[in-house]
Amino acid sequence: MIRIKNLHKSYPIGKDSLHVLKGIDLHIKEGEFVSIMGSSGSGKSTLLNIVGLLDEHDEGEYYLNGQEIKNLNEKKGAVLRNKFLGFVFQSFNLISYKTALENVSLPLYYKGVSRKERQKIALDYLDKVGLKDWASHLPNELSGGQKQRVAIARALVTQPKVVLADEPTGALDSTTTDSVMDLLKDINNEGMTVFVITHEEEVADQTKRIVRLKDGIITSDTINVQRKPVKTV
Amino acid sequence: MFDLDRWREIFQSINKNKLRSVMSGFTVAFAILLFTLLFGIVSGLKNTFEGAFVDDAVNSMIVRVWKTTKPFKGLQSGRRIQLKNPDYDYLADKYDSKIDLMTARIFKNFSISYENKQDNYSVTAVHPDHQFLEKTIIDEGRYINQLDINESSKVIVIGRLIKADLFGEKPALGKRVNVGGISYKVIGVFSDDGGDNEERIAYIPVTTSQKLYGNNEYLNQIRIGYNQDLNLDEAIAFGNLIERDMKSKLDIHPDDQSALSVRNMAEGRKGVDDFMIALFFIVVFIGSGTLIAGIIGISNIMIFVIKERTKEFGIRKALGAKPSSIVGMVVQESVLITTIAGYLGLTLGTYILSLIGNSLERDYFIKDPSVSQGLVIGATFVLIISGLIAALVPARKASQIKPVVALRAD
Ligand SMILES: Nc1ncnc2c1ncn2[C@@H]1O[C@H](COP(=O)(O)OP(=O)(O)O)[C@@H](O)[C@H]1O
Ligand SMILES: [Mg+2]
Repeated sequence: MIRIKNLHKSYPIGKDSLHVLKGIDLHIKEGEFVSIMGSSGSGKSTLLNIVGLLDEHDEGEYYLNGQEIKNLNEKKGAVLRNKFLGFVFQSFNLISYKTALENVSLPLYYKGVSRKERQKIALDYLDKVGLKDWASHLPNELSGGQKQRVAIARALVTQPKVVLADEPTGALDSTTTDSVMDLLKDINNEGMTVFVITHEEEVADQTKRIVRLKDGIITSDTINVQRKPVKTV
Repeated sequence: MFDLDRWREIFQSINKNKLRSVMSGFTVAFAILLFTLLFGIVSGLKNTFEGAFVDDAVNSMIVRVWKTTKPFKGLQSGRRIQLKNPDYDYLADKYDSKIDLMTARIFKNFSISYENKQDNYSVTAVHPDHQFLEKTIIDEGRYINQLDINESSKVIVIGRLIKADLFGEKPALGKRVNVGGISYKVIGVFSDDGGDNEERIAYIPVTTSQKLYGNNEYLNQIRIGYNQDLNLDEAIAFGNLIERDMKSKLDIHPDDQSALSVRNMAEGRKGVDDFMIALFFIVVFIGSGTLIAGIIGISNIMIFVIKERTKEFGIRKALGAKPSSIVGMVVQESVLITTIAGYLGLTLGTYILSLIGNSLERDYFIKDPSVSQGLVIGATFVLIISGLIAALVPARKASQIKPVVALRAD
């Protein structure tokens, strides 16, 4: 699904440049549940943004669903994101003047789905994250955990190949963290590839594979055998 | 391309961000409002100046005489100048090709009575052409004609208000009125755009006046309507020529304006024309200034709005919005706001003009201030195009920002 070879990324800072990713090799297969662990500033978000086509890499190769990502223009990037990727951000990134339902149906609008169809599908996904009754609420009327669940519904609504989550629980307390992680596990159990960034051991512990990043280099990549049992659906 | 979903997005965005929409709309509405008022008032001024000439034929001049103020050829100053029939005939013969209309004028005041009603009125003795030079409108009957002149008929054409005074609702045509003790037959009733005073006048034939009152050849003024083919400058030159000619004929010092002068409508007309041209340039200057201010206003607001929405655009792009969809949305929203606001400004401006129109005419002599729809629609169109460009440039730029950068914006 995702294949990365010797990936490099630097940020220009004045005249100098900050070398953030220093040769990453990573292969994520369809249906995996992977977490990237690492301390703050280790380059996790940078990696995820490149994987999510929100940013470009400088060197190396990146294949998404078998297609090499190279010199992508904004238009092609938008189409690929819409088709293959779903995003969950730490700060939710919901559009403040749109209701939960409208936020969830927005990716379908860009996919070209008809309005009626959009609303039906979006409502199904809100139901799936347990927020059907909140469909007509604006984001500022929702709690942090609810917002993140809306964001997850929005990430899933186009049935992408991969869900990318950058510290999805970073702004949540432990109870809501668990409910969000349960949701991600459910999604993965249904066969979706899930790629989570975190710096919390408890969160990483609930994933099937843990990749550790330090100073832009992968230091370990392990199958998480003693992960907590998945809640039976 | 009509995309209902796109319009829904736009209406939602406008609706949920009312302040922002009102702000950008206000700039445009205000610019168009000012533009409308400015052009309305100026067109009113123009109407006023043009109205000043409605009363009298534009292509005309009046030869007037009074007393000399300069000695000339051994003649003393203070000499009374008198126009006479030979002067009239001299001008008529010599300048025949340049003269279209010509009349003499003798001013009198008489008491006019009919049955038991009577009052004092100005009576002007004229030639038939006077009708056209004064733009007299015949309501009933006819004007003085050449036969009346030849036969020195005792006929009179009375103003609408004299008729109202003396006859009321009763018919006046064919009736006999007493003019300073002599009986005249009413052959016509007229009205005049020059106002009430010009409708309280009566006209009689020149020859009748000369024969009955003093038996002389005296005239007070000679009025000439020159050929329509003369342009303003030629008309002014013609007026000057007549003035020089008459002064030498009557032994008047060439610089003695008191003794004889020619009041040439072309001169006033030229002054007004020059004034209107100057006014036109001032208006174009201020008008385009107003529009430019409006354009700068929209541009600034659009830059601000787009900056404010950068993060939203980042989110939309992460969800699969193509740059073209972002640009289209912003531009369409801007054009919609500019169009509606421009229309509001135009409507409000026209409404205000119609409200203040009467008091402007009464107090400031600005007559019928109004704007041509074409002009304002043109101005609104300019603003819509500006709204389009004002949105297009920053929206293009914003749509090309990498999502990762846009998402970091606040
Ligand atoms: N746009 C940027 N410009 C310059 N430096 C950046 C930029 N984004 C991230 N960095 C730097 O790159 C490093 C890695 O950042 P990031 O990938 O966000 O780390 P993490 O998500 O692991 O905390 C940090 O030192 C950060 O300051
Ligand atoms: Mg990070």
